[in-house]
Amino acid sequence: MNRIRNAFVSGKAFIPFITCGDPDLETTGKLVRAMAEEGADLIELGIPFSDPTSEGPVIQDADLRALKGGVTTDRILEFVRELRKDVSVPLVFMTYANVVFSYGTERFIQRAAEVGMDGLILADVPFEERDEFLEVCERYDLDLISMIAPTSRERIRMIAGEARGFIYIVSSLGVTGVRSTITTDIGAMVRLIREVSDVPCAVGFGISTPEQAEKMAASSDGAIVGSAIVRIIEEYGRDSVEPVRKYVREMCEAVHA
Amino acid sequence: MTNEKGRFGIHGGQYIPETLMNAVMELEQAYDHYKNDPEFNRELTDLFNRYAGRPSLLYYAERMSTDLGGAQIYLKREDLNHTGAHKINNVLGQALLAKKMGKTRLIAETGAGQHGVATATAAAYFGMECVVFMGEEDIRRQALNVYKMKLLGSDVIPVTTGTGTLKDAVSEAMREWTRRIDDTHYCLGSVMGPHPFPTIVRDFQAVISKEMREQFLQETGKLPDAVIACVGGGSNAIGSFYHFINDPGVRLIGCEAAGRGIDTFETAATINTGREGIFHGMKSYFCQDEFGQIAPVYSISAGLDYPGIGPEHAWLHDIGRAEYVPITDDEAVNAFEYLSRTEGVIPAIESAHALAYACRIAPQMSPDQCIAVTLSGRGDKDCVSIARYRGEEIEE
Repeated sequence: MNRIRNAFVSGKAFIPFITCGDPDLETTGKLVRAMAEEGADLIELGIPFSDPTSEGPVIQDADLRALKGGVTTDRILEFVRELRKDVSVPLVFMTYANVVFSYGTERFIQRAAEVGMDGLILADVPFEERDEFLEVCERYDLDLISMIAPTSRERIRMIAGEARGFIYIVSSLGVTGVRSTITTDIGAMVRLIREVSDVPCAVGFGISTPEQAEKMAASSDGAIVGSAIVRIIEEYGRDSVEPVRKYVREMCEAVHA
Repeated sequence: MTNEKGRFGIHGGQYIPETLMNAVMELEQAYDHYKNDPEFNRELTDLFNRYAGRPSLLYYAERMSTDLGGAQIYLKREDLNHTGAHKINNVLGQALLAKKMGKTRLIAETGAGQHGVATATAAAYFGMECVVFMGEEDIRRQALNVYKMKLLGSDVIPVTTGTGTLKDAVSEAMREWTRRIDDTHYCLGSVMGPHPFPTIVRDFQAVISKEMREQFLQETGKLPDAVIACVGGGSNAIGSFYHFINDPGVRLIGCEAAGRGIDTFETAATINTGREGIFHGMKSYFCQDEFGQIAPVYSISAGLDYPGIGPEHAWLHDIGRAEYVPITDDEAVNAFEYLSRTEGVIPAIESAHALAYACRIAPQMSPDQCIAVTLSGRGDKDCVSIARYRGEEIEE
C-alpha cells in the first residue's frame, strides 16, 4: 500500500496545504514537522507559480512572497529530500502545469519521486489533458491526483473511474479561499464517485473552521485546508509554527473525532 | 487547421481547472452548431455591415508608397470600424453567440482598453450585463477607454495582482468565470486561452483577410506579396493571415512588441524571446524564466503587453509559414508619427509596430510589389502617452 492510501486507512483524513518557501524553506520545514506531529494525515506542498489562476488572494500572495524570497523548483526538491530524512507523512505537490512542463515533465516527475513525494496535483490540468503527465507519473509511481468540481456533473464517473491516490473534491465554484458557507451537496458527489471507484475522496476550497471540516469529512473521507493556514503564516511569518500547530491540532481533533 | 481538442500542431489544448470544463465544452458545442447556421451568419453579417461599418476600406497609401520608394503599401482600415479597432469583429460574434446560448452577462479582460470598450459596446447593444477586468497600470495608461466603458454601462474592475497588466486581467477574468458560470460568457479578446477560444476568435476575425483578399483582387488583380500585422495575443494578425495561409506567394509577417529591445528584460516579444510552455489554458510560446515562472513583460503598447502568443501563431511559426519579427518602442513611435504626417491617419501604437516593419522592408522591394498592413486600430487613445514618450505633457 502506498503512503497516500495509508493516510485514509485509520479514519477521516485532515490535509493541510502550505506554500513552499513562504516565508522561507526553513519555516516550511518546521511547519511540515509541526503539522505531522499534530496528526495531519497528508500534507500538500504548494510549489509557487507566478500566476496561479485557481487561487484566491491569500494563496496568490503566498506564492508571490515565496518567489520574492528566491525559492525555486530545484530548491524545493532539495528541501523535500532533506525533509524525508525524518518525516514520513504522505506528501503531494500542488502546482500548475507550466512549473512541471517547463522543468521538463519527465525530469520533474522523476526527481519528485526520487526525493520522496507521493503525488502531484496540477490545478490547470483537467482529465482531457492529463495523459502527457499521467504516463510519466505512472512510470515513476507518483499518483496524479484528479479533481472533481461542483460543475463536473456527468464527468464525475469518467474522472473517478480512472482516479489514483485520492480524489480532490472542489467544494464550491470559484477560487481557493475561506467561505462562510458551502452549499454544494458533497454527499451526492461522493455517491456518484462510489459507483465507480473506491479511491478516497477529500474535500477542499473554502474550509476554515473545525465545524466545516468535520461536516465535509463526514460526507467524504477527509478535509483539505489551505487559505486558512496560509493566512496564519501571512500574519506571523517565521513565528507561525506555534499558531499553525495549534490550529492544525484543533482541526485534526474535529476531523478525527 | 484544428485537429483533436483544438490543437495547432503541439500547441493549444484546454489547460484549465475542472470547474470550467463543462463551460468550455458547452461553448464548443454551441459554436459548432451556430457557425454553420445560416440565420446566425445572416445576423452577424448584418451586425458587421449595419452596426460596425464593415466592410472596412482597403486604402492605397500613395504618399507613403512614393516616399518609401519601393513596394506599394495598402492599409486595411480596421481603425474605421465602430469603436475604432478590429476588436469589435470578435466581440459581436461572441456576444451574439452568448445571447443564443441564453447568457445574460459578459465578462472580459482588456489591455489597451479596446477589447473592453468593444465588449461594453456589444453588451449595451444586446442589453447584457458587462464586467471588464483591467490591470491598474493599464487603467492609468488608458483613462479615456475606462471612462468609455463606464459610459457604456459596464463595470470596470481594477486588477492589482502581478504586474497589473493584460496577463493579470486575463487571470482575474478566468477566476471570475469559475465563480459564476451559469449566466456568464467569458468574452475572450484574442486568439488565446483554452480551446475553443483560439478557433472562435480567429473565425470571427477572419473577416479581415476575407475582405482583404477580395479587395486586392478587385483593385490590383493579384494578391499582396506580404501581409503585415502586429501580434500581442494575435487576433488581428490571425484575422489578417487566415485566408492567405494557403497562398504560398504571400509572406505573412507578425510584428511583436520588442519594447526596449529583445536583448533587454523590458520586452514582450514572445516568439523571439520566449519558449514553449502552458499558461492561460493553452500550450504555446511564453516569456518565462528557467523554472516556468511567467516573466513580467513590457511594451509601450498596452495591447501588445502580453507574455504569450496564440497557439495558431506558434504553429505557423513552427512550420515556417509565418515570420515573427520584433519591433521596438522607438521604431513604433517613429511609425506612429510618420503615418500621421504622411497620410493624415493616426494609427494605434499597436498597429504602428506593423507599419514600422513595412517602412523597413518596402524600400527593398520593387514598385510592382504590394504590401498589405493591417491598421488594427486608431491612435486617439495613444496621443497622451506618445506625447509623454517625447517629453511633452498634455492634458487629456
